[in-house]
Amino acid sequence: MQITNKFTLTLPARSSNESFARACISAFATQLDPTIEEISDIKTAVSEAVTNCIVHAYKEQVLGKIYITAFLQDNNSIKIKIRDKGCGIANIEQAMEPLYTSVGGERAGLGFAVMESFMDSVKVSSVVGKGTTITMTKKISPRISVNG
Amino acid sequence: MSVQINVTGEVVTAYLGGELDHHTAKEMREAIDSAVELNMPTLLILDFKDVTFMDSSGIGLVMGRYRNLLKTGAELHIMGAPPQIYKMLKLAGIERLAKLESR
Repeated sequence: MQITNKFTLTLPARSSNESFARACISAFATQLDPTIEEISDIKTAVSEAVTNCIVHAYKEQVLGKIYITAFLQDNNSIKIKIRDKGCGIANIEQAMEPLYTSVGGERAGLGFAVMESFMDSVKVSSVVGKGTTITMTKKISPRISVNG
Repeated sequence: MSVQINVTGEVVTAYLGGELDHHTAKEMREAIDSAVELNMPTLLILDFKDVTFMDSSGIGLVMGRYRNLLKTGAELHIMGAPPQIYKMLKLAGIERLAKLESR
């Protein structure tokens, strides 16, 4: 598979950057001519991953950095990598369980469930004390031209 | 992000607007909770008609309000959810906690 376009973005882990990050990725993804629903799915998944960096990786205390790379691929798909250098996840399987949350309170524990439901694939790699990388892909369905 | 509160008898309606994420949820939550504390409604309606984006922080907001209402036995209704937000609410099984109506 060939990469046809790419961008990288590094952001401080501030909650005000959640909307900025998803707006950037959705603007980039429009090059694949997605539907409104596909764009919304991508925005939501990115918002979950970026929020996880802020809430979990840096625990809303350390102003760490969030590293985002997005690739457009020649099979009309987008691949998004969201990386942090935060605390890491000791038990990835448990973290990905729907409704599991390590912080409780107002977090629903659905971040990974949403990413998995709205994207085609979600991979998580993490090293405790080093950080976490989420890699997500989504294929954009080809549009049928009205002119045939 | 905006919240407009309307009180009619024992019903509090919160009209939510704009983007609902981890960054904006706190302010929305505080506005809703203070209206509920002040008015002690038997029914809380969350109107999502003007919400343009919502991630799982919105689910956390709904679940948190549901838990608070359990203490007084008040009901929770969710109205006007646009398609993408309805999809998210269904994914979380919110219809088991609250009456759920799409736009």
